[in-house]
Amino acid sequence: MERVGHFFDDIGLIRIGSSYAADIDFLIILVLVVVGVWFLAAEFVFMYFIVKFREKPGRRADYIDGTNKRHKRWITYPHLAVLVFDVLIVVVSFKVWHKIKIDLPENPDAVIRVIGQQWAWTFQHPGADAELDTPDDIFTIDELHVENGKLYHFKLEALDVLHSFSVPVWRIKQDAIPGRSITGWFQPTMIGEFDVQCTEICGFGHGVMAGKVMVEDPATHSAWIEANTPALLAE
Amino acid sequence: MAEPAVAVMAHHEEEDHGHHGPGGWLKYLWSTDHKVIAMQYMFTGMFMALIGGFMAYVFRMQLAFPGINVPGFGMVSPGEYNALVTNHGTLMIFWVAMPVLLAAFGNYLIPLMVGADDMVFPKINRLSFQIFFLSTIVILASLVVEGGGFAGAWTAYPPLSANETYNLTPLGSTLWVVGVGLEFVAFLLGGINFITTLMNSRAPGMRAFDVPIVVWMIVVASILFMLSVGPLLAGAIMLIFDQTLGTGFFDPATGGDPILWQHLFWFFGHPEVYVVLLPAIGVVAEIITTFARKKLFGYRIVIFTIVATGVLSFFVWAHHQFIAGIDPRMANIFTITTLLISVPIAEMCFVYIATLYGGSIRLTTPMLWALAFIAEFLIGGVTGIFLGAAGADIYFHDTYFVLAHFHYTFFPIAIIGTFAAFTYWFPKMFGKMMDERLGKWHFWLTIIPFNFIFIPLFVLGMGGQHRRIYNYAHFPELAIPWFQNMRIVATVSLLVMLAAQLIFFYNCYKSWRRGRKAPMNPWKANSLEWTTQSPPPHGNWRPDELPVVYRGPYEYSVPDRDDDYWPQNEPDSRGSR
Ligand code: HEM
Ligand SMILES: [Cu+2]
Ligand SMILES: [Cu+2]
Repeated sequence: MERVGHFFDDIGLIRIGSSYAADIDFLIILVLVVVGVWFLAAEFVFMYFIVKFREKPGRRADYIDGTNKRHKRWITYPHLAVLVFDVLIVVVSFKVWHKIKIDLPENPDAVIRVIGQQWAWTFQHPGADAELDTPDDIFTIDELHVENGKLYHFKLEALDVLHSFSVPVWRIKQDAIPGRSITGWFQPTMIGEFDVQCTEICGFGHGVMAGKVMVEDPATHSAWIEANTPALLAE
Repeated sequence: MAEPAVAVMAHHEEEDHGHHGPGGWLKYLWSTDHKVIAMQYMFTGMFMALIGGFMAYVFRMQLAFPGINVPGFGMVSPGEYNALVTNHGTLMIFWVAMPVLLAAFGNYLIPLMVGADDMVFPKINRLSFQIFFLSTIVILASLVVEGGGFAGAWTAYPPLSANETYNLTPLGSTLWVVGVGLEFVAFLLGGINFITTLMNSRAPGMRAFDVPIVVWMIVVASILFMLSVGPLLAGAIMLIFDQTLGTGFFDPATGGDPILWQHLFWFFGHPEVYVVLLPAIGVVAEIITTFARKKLFGYRIVIFTIVATGVLSFFVWAHHQFIAGIDPRMANIFTITTLLISVPIAEMCFVYIATLYGGSIRLTTPMLWALAFIAEFLIGGVTGIFLGAAGADIYFHDTYFVLAHFHYTFFPIAIIGTFAAFTYWFPKMFGKMMDERLGKWHFWLTIIPFNFIFIPLFVLGMGGQHRRIYNYAHFPELAIPWFQNMRIVATVSLLVMLAAQLIFFYNCYKSWRRGRKAPMNPWKANSLEWTTQSPPPHGNWRPDELPVVYRGPYEYSVPDRDDDYWPQNEPDSRGSR
């Protein structure tokens, strides 16, 4: 069961890089299986009818108008089944949605700020004191540094137009809106360097609004913090 | 402002009517005949489809071969790429799908199918086309003005769309909104006619449940359009004010709210999907019953499902905004309504498949198109479930998965549905039979490449490829070679598909010039348009021959009759043994 959510990772399509990525993938697989079966059945019956009921000399079509109970069953039963499957999908979708977008896990290890503007991402890291909005905060452009396994909250903002913060391997995506600060969370589980995208069209340079996130082991991460702490404070 | 001039002209035409009016093409331009107006909409729509298709060709070439000098266009800059994508979407929805499916076929078919000599308000009908024509000029002009065409996506989210310092296209974006606004006005006027004509001009004897499904569909679509477009029209005017007068309705810097636009847009935008879908599924109903020689399975089920779909379609709009900053708890409600809407749509598919059961199926070209519609639309339908489930949409939102999903709905609607309708009613519209052999070549060379365009795009979307990006080289995870190969497959398939359209135009030309003359009722179909000459004369029937209706439109293969069809206007006494 656990493995199911890792299917897309296993086939090399998209890696799993956060604590909730596999939940989303599990939901996708569930939908894939449920609607896939329906889809194949419908297409099969459809093609079969086309072949089976091709016109033949001397055979006349049946006169069926679909008001007969016996015939109507062929519509009502599948349609009730669709409803049942819809409920199943809704339930799992709710669980995933709540986990990622509603239930904000408490006591994060750190809070970061992500700011979108035409056409770059600014990342504000809490720095050595692990507190955001203090003088030792580290600002970077298009490069986010986080420590593997730690729980992060982010505050997402925009300066001019809409942008959308997306890291595909984390399965995270949230629009950034000027004038608002939107809070969310993530917990990286894979070390490496990954794409940050802007997924909301934001003008001329939308296509080049690319960033990276560096997920580092604890030692590398503290070394990075040390090396980048604003000079005047390090004295 | 154009209106007084139009009204004056309308007066003239009135006086000239039936005598020797303005000759030549002027007469054509001022005609109030619903069939002429239908043709005007159809040819404008097809012309715009060529432009929209050309845009797709240009940006697909850029994606497959980044930096290439695209033949017929040149190098594509990031700004041009955005403008091409934006206007491709805008044209395809507002200047292709709507004018062809709703306006052209609505105009052509409604009076003929309900047995009327014309629309109830012929002059409003003409005004509708004239405003549409004006809107066409405005939107085309917006592409070539200084600064370039609007490039903020067809959804035109502010603040980007509202402020020229952000979008860098001061003229283009204002003309874009004006063009779209005028287009809405044109369709509001058209809708009035569709609804009143169905209500008031039905042939004697035609009860509500004797009306062909396609007419119901077009009328319900018009009602959905009318109910949903108002807020967006208001929004469009606010947007124009933001752009030109410096108001700040959508600009948070001056206390406005950009999300408001999203609600106005999608409150219209989602029903709009059904506005174009319904006429297409109506067309399919007519064609499959004719060529399967079958009564429609559950006429009333279909009527009830479209009404259910129509009502539900007003309560799903925020599924486009799950991650757009709305209250996340709202997503739950919209997930439920969105998945609920799958029920009537699935039911509709079942009805159509069930209609084939026990039929005597003839695979003519229109029938192939109609069947392909069902087969392909199913893919669009089932992939929508992935996106309606908010949890999965976190990942899919604004990826090529969404893009491929909605092209699997829009392409069947706007392209497959149009070809189905066009080839089915071509004998009626032009009085000639089309070449079946060419028609089938055209069919297969469109359908097969279509799937090879968009299936790779599903895979790319699953792999995390996001939309409206002119070059994926900036994203290492998306720049891998096998992803690039998928992009090339999609683009090459598009080239094949576009080339195959030459067959279609050649077929039209050849059939029109040298085709076999079409009889009144070449497909042995039941509905009223087949009871008059091909093409129908002005007034549709001779005044003393207006049809009277005795039964519903789908009485095929009725037992104990010699013929396997039973035209709606045939009195009961004749023909039954
Ligand atoms: C002729 C075949 C077509 C091809 C190859 C095609 C291809 C594409 C592609 C690749 C994009 C996305 C570009 C990007 O995001 O970078 C796109 C966008 C779009 N297409 Fe098509 N398309 C076709 C036909 C249609 C039709 C028939 C419709 C609707 C009736 C349509 C409606 C749209 C819309 C609404 C968008 C979104 C525009 C936006 O992002 O603002 N397309 N198309
Ligand atoms: Cu962007
Ligand atoms: Cu929608």
